[in-house]
Amino acid sequence: MKFGVVIFPGSNCDEDMVHVLQDVMKQQVVKLWHKDTNLQGCDFIVLPGGFSYGDYLRSGAIARFSPIMKSVIEHAALGGYVLGICNGFQILTESGLLPGALLRNKDQKFVCKNIHIKAVHNNSLLTATLDTTKPMKIPIAHAEGRYFAAEKVLNEMDRNGQILFHYCDENGVVHEDHTLNGSIRNIAGVMNDQRNVFGMMPHPERAAEEALGNVEGKAIFESILSMIATKD
Amino acid sequence: MPTNKKSSVENQITDLDTAKKLGLLESEYEHIRQILGRVPNFTELSIYAVMWSEHCSYKNSITWLKKLPKDSPRMLAKAGEENAGLVDIGDGLACSFKIESHNHPSALEPYQGAATGVGGINRDIFTMGARPIAQLNSLRFGNLKLDRTKWLVKGVVKGIGDYGNAFGIPTVGGEVYFDDCYNVNPLVNAFSAGIVRTDMVAKATSYGAGNPVFIVGSATGKDGIHGAAFASKDISEDSVNDLPAVQVGDPFQEKLLLEASLEIIATGHVIGIQDMGAAGIICSTSEMSAKGEHGMDIWLDKVPMRQQNMVPFELLLSESQERMLIVVKKGKEAEIQQIFDKWDLNCAQIGVVTTGDTLNFYMSDQLVATVPAESLVLGGGAPVYEREYAEPAYFQEFKKFNISQVQEPADLTVVASHLLKHPNIASRKWIAEQYDSMVGTNNVSTNQPSDAAVVRVKGTDKAISITVDCNSRYVNADPEEGCAIAVAEAARNIVCSGAEPLAVTNCLNFGNPYNPEVYWQFVGAIKGMAKACLKFGTPVTGGNVSFYNQSADGGPVFPTPTIGMLGLLENYRDKMTLDFKETGDLVYLLGESKDDISSSEYLYSFHKVKASPAPYFDLEKEYTLQQAIKSIIQQKAVNSVHDISDGGLFIALAESAMAGNKGFAIQTDPRFRKDAFLFGEAQSRAVISVHPDKQAIVEKLLADHKVAFTMLGLVLSDEMKIDGTTWFKTADAREMHEHELGAILEG
Repeated sequence: MKFGVVIFPGSNCDEDMVHVLQDVMKQQVVKLWHKDTNLQGCDFIVLPGGFSYGDYLRSGAIARFSPIMKSVIEHAALGGYVLGICNGFQILTESGLLPGALLRNKDQKFVCKNIHIKAVHNNSLLTATLDTTKPMKIPIAHAEGRYFAAEKVLNEMDRNGQILFHYCDENGVVHEDHTLNGSIRNIAGVMNDQRNVFGMMPHPERAAEEALGNVEGKAIFESILSMIATKD
Repeated sequence: MPTNKKSSVENQITDLDTAKKLGLLESEYEHIRQILGRVPNFTELSIYAVMWSEHCSYKNSITWLKKLPKDSPRMLAKAGEENAGLVDIGDGLACSFKIESHNHPSALEPYQGAATGVGGINRDIFTMGARPIAQLNSLRFGNLKLDRTKWLVKGVVKGIGDYGNAFGIPTVGGEVYFDDCYNVNPLVNAFSAGIVRTDMVAKATSYGAGNPVFIVGSATGKDGIHGAAFASKDISEDSVNDLPAVQVGDPFQEKLLLEASLEIIATGHVIGIQDMGAAGIICSTSEMSAKGEHGMDIWLDKVPMRQQNMVPFELLLSESQERMLIVVKKGKEAEIQQIFDKWDLNCAQIGVVTTGDTLNFYMSDQLVATVPAESLVLGGGAPVYEREYAEPAYFQEFKKFNISQVQEPADLTVVASHLLKHPNIASRKWIAEQYDSMVGTNNVSTNQPSDAAVVRVKGTDKAISITVDCNSRYVNADPEEGCAIAVAEAARNIVCSGAEPLAVTNCLNFGNPYNPEVYWQFVGAIKGMAKACLKFGTPVTGGNVSFYNQSADGGPVFPTPTIGMLGLLENYRDKMTLDFKETGDLVYLLGESKDDISSSEYLYSFHKVKASPAPYFDLEKEYTLQQAIKSIIQQKAVNSVHDISDGGLFIALAESAMAGNKGFAIQTDPRFRKDAFLFGEAQSRAVISVHPDKQAIVEKLLADHKVAFTMLGLVLSDEMKIDGTTWFKTADAREMHEHELGAILEG
């Protein structure tokens, strides 16, 4: 399995993702430059967090037009894996690879802190080996993370099992009337209906090493790798 | 026609009146005429006005700054020699770090003022070739009940957050204080630290006649003109007219500039590089040329411009952000150009290095200014003044305070609640959560906090430990002792995190230096800093002086010499944290209790007694305490260490308990007044928790170091108990501590 981490101008979690995939998960990783179109034979593309193109205009709105995204969209259409974290998730919704949109947080402020999420089911690459009853402590860091989609779309996503993660409290309780950033139905992560494109606002790469005092995000990378190993 | 009008200003023959309007003294104007051997034109006079401003020349502070200790075997650059300090951290690596103020811009336009402060300090770090890995900031605001203060706090916090978050370097800590003295003039001090291989350090120099000079990064506009001069005068009602002196930041450009700069430095083709902060092109061309003992011919019309009709003095003085001046080896132009093209940044050759030391500035082939580089800069021709100073009357008055003048309140839990909620002590969560504190995945304090922020250096086992500290109330009460305390507290924080203190950067925020009483505060602070830095072996690597922090009506701010300190852990796994770990652990107070409430938050805000001396402090005892703490951490004999500072022993205990989701039961010492024991801020003390199995080892180590210690009690699961009475449930204390600041600011 070869991972490719895309670097847009303004990406700033690219090195963190490369570090976790390469040094912690021991995978082959290459960096992909936004002006290129060659995915270098990567099987799994990651769009990292950051402020691509300064997040000017609207988060992810400019990045979707970069040359590399043309190739990423083709890759996804052929069933290739794509994961977007934070700004990467925003780029995926702007590109139409994932349904919905990410709006300004309900209190209008950037927020960086540990929060808890819970996997909705085990029927995806990211959540296959996760415990759906157990909250995971993972950091968020965003100003535009309020997930939104039309009711009809949400119902269909729900039926297809496209909702991957819910925000919850430290005991794993999902509060219908209280959401962290205003996300509709407490959605923290989703996938497309072909089940090969994934997006999430929390940063599992910031919670994957003993050194940082939190390894709960590592389980997501382990899930991805275990499923891919099974398929291989 | 506007163009004609401006060019007539350009050609204007200057006189003393113009010089004064630009902020120069009569003697300085005469000196300029002597240097040039003629009357300067307007462009030249503008150049001298800005380069000889306090901000660029340090003319009123340098004689005293030279008295600070500068040497240690780890220093790779002496103070003032480069854009930032450079400290050897071993294994071929160095840490570049610095703190700088952006007070005046933030007073007028808090969002952009703070944002560009962050941008500027980070450029100082990466212009050395170092990749920034962590930022701190030290903020002072006025009374939080004022709408203006709330507006300033929100703007500054958003400015720091928006810039730092997008730039992608974590903000891992800092300090925030509120006092009426900062109502008009807040202080915004930004700190950054980066890591560089010692063989990849870039210099701020220029030499080799014929080598090309490039300007890279953002285009140049009319923003920030005379910013350095604006920073060198008092804030008044006319300050609003200086609004164009505030610059506008673009963190996206800064991020690209960071990557491109590190890439070109790695080519080995760079002779010298300097960021453009205060005084823009004139500052970087003159400082680099003076350092490399060469001259430059600069073609101002080649500078990429943001707007039309810019005249020479505007181009020279513009403080447009996110720009660098680079001197490259001749013949390597194409390689450099290619890297900036990759990052979609401007890169324009605007000149060439010449022999001699003259800076010639041309506009469309017409010479518009010619000045000797050396004559402009600190250490060269810039003036140096010895200022008068006089002890203010309040200093002796404050010393007359006696604790017996204050009656001990019957119910001390009221004091405890007051302090837990006080804006100077309450949790900074509302602020801290608006900063990305984790990007880079090196902040090892996120989930286990220490007294200083611990940030690992990837690719090694090492971590740096960084802190910013200054209790300006102490410095006001006694500049010399108060500033020594600021250094001591910084070192104590570093030591409590398990690291070894290495070096200091300072940000000296004071009032108007022409006021002898203000200057007396400055001199005292320097003396205190010098003796403390010497004692802890932490030389001063540089920093920044910010005078004129006062307002026409409100008088000067408290003297605020913010200390930024760098420490080193050889192995980040050996860091020490401040949270209580296990129920049943023994809780000790290290250091001596005193019947001392001087300058404490308790005395100042609860009893509203503003006049008292600095709290008890003994430099030798402080040093001994720190050696003892190092040894108990090295011997792995303690579970937590937390220094005692604002709010005294009770707040230190409460912070350790809240961080660990634990409680405590302690006994007070009947030999002391209970309020002084719990809330006094006598220095050189810490709270530790120890597993009962380690009791004997810890007590022996402390006795060996001849450090006073008292066993206070035990770690409990969820309540704070004093002398057998439960004062608070930890959860309730946390609610008070965490809720207050946000409630005031959102309210």
